[in-house]
Parts: sequence; structure tokens; C-alpha cells
Amino acid sequence: MNKQRLSLWWFIGTLVFALVSMLVPLPGVLEPFKPYWPALFLLYWSLESEDRVTLGLAFMVGLGADLLNGVVLGEQALRLCALVFIALRFRSRLRFFPMWQQALAVLALLLNDRILLLIVRVLAGGTLPPASWWISPFVGAALWPFLFLLLDDLRARLRIQ
Amino acid sequence: MARTRDESSPLFAGNAAGTLRLIIYLALAVVLMVLDQRNGWLWRLRYGASAVVEPVYRLAGLPAAGVRTMSVAFADRQRLTEQNQRLREDLLLANAKLNRMAAVAEQNQRLKELLDTQHSLELNVQLARVIGVDLGAYRYQLTLNVGSRDGVKPGQPVIDAHGVMGQVKEVLPTTAVVMLVTDPAHAIPVVIERSGLRTVAYGSRDGDQLALPNIPLAADVRAGDKLLTSGLGGRFPPGFPVGEIVSVAPAATGMFLVAQARPAADLDRSEDVLLLHDQAEPDGPPALVKPMGPPSDLTPNGAAAPAANATVQSVTTPATVGVPQ
Repeated sequence: MNKQRLSLWWFIGTLVFALVSMLVPLPGVLEPFKPYWPALFLLYWSLESEDRVTLGLAFMVGLGADLLNGVVLGEQALRLCALVFIALRFRSRLRFFPMWQQALAVLALLLNDRILLLIVRVLAGGTLPPASWWISPFVGAALWPFLFLLLDDLRARLRIQ
Repeated sequence: MARTRDESSPLFAGNAAGTLRLIIYLALAVVLMVLDQRNGWLWRLRYGASAVVEPVYRLAGLPAAGVRTMSVAFADRQRLTEQNQRLREDLLLANAKLNRMAAVAEQNQRLKELLDTQHSLELNVQLARVIGVDLGAYRYQLTLNVGSRDGVKPGQPVIDAHGVMGQVKEVLPTTAVVMLVTDPAHAIPVVIERSGLRTVAYGSRDGDQLALPNIPLAADVRAGDKLLTSGLGGRFPPGFPVGEIVSVAPAATGMFLVAQARPAADLDRSEDVLLLHDQAEPDGPPALVKPMGPPSDLTPNGAAAPAANATVQSVTTPATVGVPQ
């Protein structure tokens, strides 16, 4: 029972951590390299813990991120919903990919996410972002194996589901 | 022992319910976005949720503050001494300049009193610190550690030691979000210091420059010209440095000159900024001046006098406003 509660808190904790690290600024030069943390953590949990991650959860996390970010309410909710939906649909296949293929799949998902964001921004009357804006998905995909292994290792150490 | 296939573990493809749920959530998100875009709910919601949102900002600002503290703590004596020396020199220079300016300011004040204008050179400012929080929007925003409890209102100009940084966009109880002058959605009325040409500087897409897209072809504009706020539009007080022109070229349409300018303020390095409290004078004509002349009770009492008096009043009132006396 206690174990279950611990694992639930661990799950929530990683998502909150993802939201806060989304807000943490990097020094000016590194700024375009910042990966989209909530998407990476949600992807990890949707691959590893199928019963916890649902579209509703992705929607709520996205709403929370929007509330913190203050751009447009519902923007990240839309993006994360689409992301989690694709991840859940191909979950069984993604899980058995070797790590490099999984990273490529994550790259495709993150690029798709950026395209969605671009569509939303342009429809809302925003301007086109600079070219360096497209670097972030690549950094996210490059970090994916490390993030995946780290979270898996921590989970094994804590002996939680 | 085949595993039972239930909804939660589709081996190859999801079922219709999953797609339906996706569509519902996406539609919900789109509806939220449209409503928010139209009504600006988000800020009211954020204001309400500020008890949660603001601590998170402070938490997210901790790493940046930590790095700053570390850089001071581990800076060697040599560098600190040098910095101190430089600051002393700057202060000396600034004080010397101020002393000379004080006499001029005094004189200016007297002349302005003679001219009967209200505008004063005094600055009513409030010091604020920048919280290191990344709010998405490609670095066009700053977060400050003061908010509506400190008397901050949307629209207040924000400056640093070198020039105009932007204006307060939204206010939470103890934080405020500043829209920088380099935001593509921002425009600031400027005047070119050398030639006195008035134009408008917009933010640009790459985020660290200003664009002046509509300068007349015949205008005298060169690289190196300084831009000051013109005070038109009534939001920024006149005379603050905005930037320096880097390049001038004819527009693609051939109808205007387009100039690029570098902001004068240290947009990505400032830690302390100043919020201006006295807003610029409201635009539009000045308040009605009482028409001069003999008091109305001294007017000769003729038969048609009241009617004639009324018409004269209504005619002369606009005239006295239009002609400065």
C-alpha cells in the first residue's frame, strides 16, 4: 500500500519537476537548445506506465503548463494531447524498439509537436519564429536515451512501478 | 494463456473510443484557445491562481539567482576590486554631470513655469528585480518581483540605466510581466535625435533588434543615429534613449526606407530595472481654459442680452482653446 502511494508521488513529482524545469531559464546562448521537458516526461510515463497516462492527464498537465506560461490557455493542452495519443497508440511498438530507433521516434514526435505549435501561433496572429527555434526537438531526442535510462534506473532503485 | 485484450492494452491499434476521446479533447483545447484569445481569460485565471503560480516562479527563478550568487561568491578579489573601481569612476562622472545639469534643470523648470506647462523633469521611479523565469514566447518578456501590491499597473514604462526596456504587460499580486521593446507585437513612437524625424520603432522577429519600417525616402537617417522616445501616444515620457540605428536600406516596395536599430537597454543582462511611475501627459487638447473677459454679471442688461451672451460664449469657447494666450 505504502509502495503504491510512493510510486504515485514519484509519478506526480516527476511531472511537477518537468513543469518547473520548463520555466527555468538557460543562459542566452543556450536558450534555443532547451528541450520541451513536459513532453519528454509524459512520453516516458506513457511508454512505461500505460494505466496512469491518459489523454485526460495530458490535457490537465498541458493546462497547468499553460497557466504557468501564460501564452494561450489550451495551447500546450492541445499539443500534449496529440503527443500522448500518438505515443499511446504506438506504445507496444515503441517499447520494443532499440534505443536509437526510439530516439528517432521521439524526434518525430517532438517535431510534430513544434509544427502543431507553429500552426497555433500563426493562426493566433503571431510571427514566424527564428530558425534556431527548430533546434529544440533535436536536443530533446538526443537527451531521450539518457533521460529514459535515468528514470528507469531511479525507478528500479526505489523499487516502484 | 493468451492475455486478455482489453481497452487499455491495444497491441496494434487503438479503438474508435480513443480517437473519439482525442477529438473531444482537441476540440476542448481549441475552444479554450479561441475563448482565451477573444476574452483574455487566462490572466484573470492566473491572477486567481496566483497563490500557486507565484511560488512556482520563485522556485524556477532559484537556479538563476543561485548562479548569480555563486558568481559573486567565487569571484576573486581582483575582479571585485576592479569592478568597484569602475563603478566609483562611473558614479563620479555621473555626479559631475548631474551637478552641471542641476543648474540647467533648475533654469528649465523656471522657464517652464513661466510658460505654464505642467511637465517636469523629475522622475518618480520604483526599483524592481528581474526574476529569471522563461515564459516561452521566445525571450520577448521579463518577469519582475513587484506586482499590484506594490502599486504596479499595466502600461507602466520600464527602463534601465541605458534606455527603455519595455512596458508592463500584465500584473499579478507580487509579480509583473514586462513586454520588451523587441517583441514583434510592440511599437514605440521615437524621434531621431539628430534630425528630429518622428517615426515608430517596432520589435523584430529575431528578437534582439528594433525595426523602423516606414521612414520617408527623402529623410536624413544614417547608421549611428540615436533614437529617443518622442512622447507621442502618451505612454512613454519623451526623451529616453531607445536605441541606435545600425543599418538603413530602401524597402522592397521602394516606397520607404527601412532601418534596423539596436536597443539601448541591456535587455538580456539587466538584473535591476526601474519602473516609471509618472505616466506621460495624456494626449489630446489641454483642458478648457476659462474665457477671459469681464464677469458676466457686469454685462449690460439689454433686451436681447442673455441670448446674445449665450451665443457669444459658445462661439468664443473653442476659439480661446485653439489660440494659445
